[in-house]
Order: sequence, then structure tokens, then C-alpha cells
Amino acid sequence: MDVIDQEHDELETAFQAKVEAEQRIEPKDWMPEKYRQTLIRQMSQHAHSEIVGMLPEGNWLTRAPSLKRKTILMAKIQDEGGHGLYLYSATETLGISRDEMFEQLHSGKAKYSSIFNYPTLNWADIGAIGWLVDGAAITNQIALCRCSYGPYARAMIRICKEESFHQRQGYDIMMTMAQGTKEQREMAQDALNRWWWPTLMMFGPNDANSANSAQSMKWRIKRQSNDDLRQKFVDATVPQAEFLGLTIPDDKLAWNDVRGHYDFGEIDWEEFKAVVKGNGLCNRERLQARVDAHDGGKWVRDAALAYAAKKADRKAKAA
Amino acid sequence: MNIETKSELPLYEVFIRSKNGLDHKHVGSLHASDAEMALTNARDVYTRRGEGVSIWVVKSTDIVASSPEDRGSFYEPSDDKLYRHPTFFELPDEVGHL
Repeated sequence: MDVIDQEHDELETAFQAKVEAEQRIEPKDWMPEKYRQTLIRQMSQHAHSEIVGMLPEGNWLTRAPSLKRKTILMAKIQDEGGHGLYLYSATETLGISRDEMFEQLHSGKAKYSSIFNYPTLNWADIGAIGWLVDGAAITNQIALCRCSYGPYARAMIRICKEESFHQRQGYDIMMTMAQGTKEQREMAQDALNRWWWPTLMMFGPNDANSANSAQSMKWRIKRQSNDDLRQKFVDATVPQAEFLGLTIPDDKLAWNDVRGHYDFGEIDWEEFKAVVKGNGLCNRERLQARVDAHDGGKWVRDAALAYAAKKADRKAKAA
Repeated sequence: MNIETKSELPLYEVFIRSKNGLDHKHVGSLHASDAEMALTNARDVYTRRGEGVSIWVVKSTDIVASSPEDRGSFYEPSDDKLYRHPTFFELPDEVGHL
């Protein structure tokens, strides 16, 4: 073994020891290249998900049933934009530029959460998204607050503080509809039927089939496994559905006394794979909306830069 | 870095004082064309729920940072001055709290 290899091994051992001692890794600290790449992939995809996640909800902004609902939904969507920005900012500390991340999203190289490739067909979907999708996101994100990478963990703490508003606004919509007319109850049930399984898919493949999980757990990027988090979400959500008087669309769902958890049916992994591959109902539409927004905003960014340059120039001349 | 990076709006680091009496604390970064836009963007991104009473923005390129690799030698001058810590001095119990 030559000197460089040996030095690298020592650095890696020290890094692993640091992580296991629950010390946080900060941007300028030495880290294995794969750790950096894994974080860039995961964090940028997380950021993209927040940004793309604004689209399904934006669909109902102009058709919210009241001014109150509309202003609340607007605030929630603004939060999602903010969450995307916290995460892009944290990812940039790893040495990738914002433009590179946008480029990866727009070219399809970087993924975002598949849940946002499902359409929002009516107002009840906005309730179901807040309750289920944000609920699942919180379950994931609470675990990430203890991630070994400092900037990611700090962004997650900030995000988690704001997410509970999102889940409550969703549940509030569901409660109102579930206690409403027969037609409104049916809409709420229909939304639950369509969003339940895609929500469970948000936790990713089963542990046995999750290629990156073991390494991420070792590096303490991930703190809990996909299946553990999924179970946690199901256990928490079933009583919430019961309170609403709605039925979770799963024949196999039943309390298991021995395990102390709910048993539930198998996810349709073929559908999961198809949507990840780009064949969901809205993949193309979502991506196009992002590309259009970015291209459409170019003249604003250019004008702002030109204005800043002009001002700086004037200041220099006056001095 | 690719060519497009050149047209990227400059990066600013954001520091927020959550209330009077506390220090400004680093909260993250954002892109803006100038300092004024950085301030208003920082307000929108980082203080949507009354998280701050004062904001500083600093161009990221203007920050000079120590490097973690030099941590040993950089801080060494203070490491051998144990007498700077009150625990260096042994006090008889009779003296009580000092």
C-alpha cells in the first residue's frame, strides 16, 4: 500500500469514528468522496421535491373554496418554496452550484419525490396531500434532523418546525369534508383512496431492496430504515383516519397484537418503478412547468444583475 | 464549474438576530443580485414567522475562514496555557466558593 492510500484510509477511519461519536461533519471537514456525492444526490433531490411539490397544490390555489383556505394554502406553498431554498443552500456547501442542480433537475438526471407526479383532481386532494404527504414527509424529516452532515441537519430542524402547520391544515380540510355532506364525505374518501398507496411509496423500496440504505445508515446520513419509517407512519395515521370515519384502502390492514404494530398490504412496486422511471401521470407536465418557470424568469435575473452592475459602476464613478 | 455558473446571482450568507440581547446567528445562504435584494430575500426566506429582529447579509466570497486541517497547529498557542482555566488552581475546601 502506498503512502497516499494509507493516508486516505486513516482519514476515512477518523471520519467514521467521528460520525459514530455523533459529531457533526461540517462543510470544510474532510469527508469520503462517496459521502459527499451521496449527500449531494439526496439533498438536491429533497430540494427539488420541495420545489416541484408546489405545483400540485398551486393547481388549486385559484379554486380554493374560500378566501381563508386560499390564503392558508398560499402560505403553505410559500413555505415549500422556502424549504427548497434552505435545502439548495445547504447542498451548495458541498461544492455544487445552484445552476448545476437546476440543470440536473431540468435534464431529468436528478429525481424528485414521485408523489408529485400524481394529479390533484379536486379540493379534497389538497386535504389529503397536507395530511398524508406532509405527514409522511415529517416522519422522514424528523429522522433527518440527526443526520451526520451539519448543514442538512440544521435545515431539517428548520423545516420540521414549519411542517406541522402543513399537516394540520391538511387534516383540517379533511375534517371539514368528512363532517360535511354525503358528497363531501365521498370526495374525502376518494382522495384517501388515491393518495394512500403513493404516500406509502414515499418511504422508498423495502429495506431488503434498498441499495444505498446500508451505507447511508453507516454514515448516519439515514437514521432509520425505510420500512421502520413506513411502519411508524402507518401506526400514526390509522387512528387519524378512524377519527375521520374514513376507510384506508387496504384489506390487509389490521392491528397485530404480537408486534404492537399495524400489519398492512404490499405496495404495488411495479407502479412505483414506472413512476420513478418517468411514466407517472404528470411527470412530463411537472418538469415542463419547472423548465418554463426557470426560463421565463431568466430576463428578471439578467435585469437584476444588470441593474446591480450599473449601480456599482455609478458608485465607482462618483467616488 | 460550468459556463452558466458565471451568470448565477452572487451567493450571500445570512445571519439573524432572533431577539435583542442575542447574537446574530448564521442561518443559511441565498442568491441575490445585490445587497439590498439579499436583505429582502433573507426576510422572505428566513423570517416568515417572526424569527428575527435584525438581519446581516455578507457576500460568501468576502468570508475568510480557518481551515479544519490546520486545527491542531492553529489553536495550539492556547492549548498549552492550562492556567487560563480556573480549574488549573487547586483551592482548599475551607476557602469555599471562589
